[in-house]
Amino acid sequence: MAKSNITRRAILGAMAATSFCIAPVLAASNKQAEELVIQLVGEINAIIASGKSESAMIREFERVFTRYADVSTIARYAMGTDSRRASDAQLSRYTKEFSGYMARKYGKQFRKFVGGKIEVNGSKPVKKYYEISTTAKLNGEAPFEVLFLVSEGSGELLFFNMFIEGINLLLSERTEIGALLDKNRGNIDNMIADLAKAG
Amino acid sequence: MTTFKHLLALIASSLIAGCSTPQDTAINDPYERTNREAHAFNKAVDKVALKPIAQEYANIMPDPLEKGISNFATNLSYPADMVNYLLQGNLGEAMYSGNAFILNTVFGLGGLFDVASANGARPRGTDFGETMARWGATEGPYVELLLLGPSTQRDAVGKIVDFALDPIGPLLGANERQAVQSASIGAGLSSRAQYNDMIEGVYNSADSYAQARLYYLQNRRYTLGIKETQSDDQFEELYGEK
Repeated sequence: MAKSNITRRAILGAMAATSFCIAPVLAASNKQAEELVIQLVGEINAIIASGKSESAMIREFERVFTRYADVSTIARYAMGTDSRRASDAQLSRYTKEFSGYMARKYGKQFRKFVGGKIEVNGSKPVKKYYEISTTAKLNGEAPFEVLFLVSEGSGELLFFNMFIEGINLLLSERTEIGALLDKNRGNIDNMIADLAKAG
Repeated sequence: MTTFKHLLALIASSLIAGCSTPQDTAINDPYERTNREAHAFNKAVDKVALKPIAQEYANIMPDPLEKGISNFATNLSYPADMVNYLLQGNLGEAMYSGNAFILNTVFGLGGLFDVASANGARPRGTDFGETMARWGATEGPYVELLLLGPSTQRDAVGKIVDFALDPIGPLLGANERQAVQSASIGAGLSSRAQYNDMIEGVYNSADSYAQARLYYLQNRRYTLGIKETQSDDQFEELYGEK
């Protein structure tokens, strides 16, 4: 009897230890990640339906982007290895301009969303992050898939990448920032100045 | 007959290449220099001709008529889609395309109304490039074609076959053929106008050639169902141990 108790305690202990190791990686659940995207999509749909001016909508998009996306991580990825030689002051100015640029660039695309909607299909855990599949149903267009990648890597549940019909946002923005840096012969300050006007 | 032989040789060489090179998700662009020249040309043609004509077309045409012409052109692509799906061994999609064609032609005034999509049965388009991919041909180098835009070696060969593979063309008279050609030009102009924001977004980017290449390759691989493999590496770079 005592022996079986010890065994049971050992097993429970082992189980607890295992779950303790896994817990920090995937503390949030599938459902929570999906919930984040449902909220995000809800906010986007509300902005589109608000009928505000384009500049007002873009300001709203920027607020939503900074709330739901891991902006500093996405921005640093877009700059690639060049981010290592950037000063803290440059990085923070760059990150701020990057979020404005993203809001302008993608906000303009959302114009044609008027009368359309995004629906959340479902989610699945992939290694250390979650994939949330959504379908954009726009007027007069075949529905297409938008995939959000959500993780807790920053300490907070946020999205860090998006695939629009297979097109990887992180790669696309790394191409763009890389090209802006090339245009400015690697000068980070001039690249930031260009970014402020881009999108 | 000789053209046919050349075409067969092209397809065969793509398939042989498929046996030796592994499929990956990288960008293979050995012709970048000439591709960039073609891109500059395409961009200029778009600016001075395609974009303004497309906008004019979309403005002048009443929306229902514009829609009807696009529907008509799309419907006429279904028989070729059906043939390609059959060549891919995809009987389900082949029937889907065939059914949509019959439905739209019979109940949609010869294809002016998209009855099939209205009933939730919009078939996915395909082409011979996809057929070759299913047969095992690899993508080959990236190419930007004059006037036709981004492509790959495999898809460029596919385009030639699709042009030759015209299941309904031989059934049409001269006037009808002209009507069909006009409709497909109209449909092209409509798409240019409809996707203006996205196209301008690519053209206005710091390196529009690189951006167009990325968009085309990623979207094409997605359409072909090639599993995206970069996310894990990206996640590691973003949040992994430094």
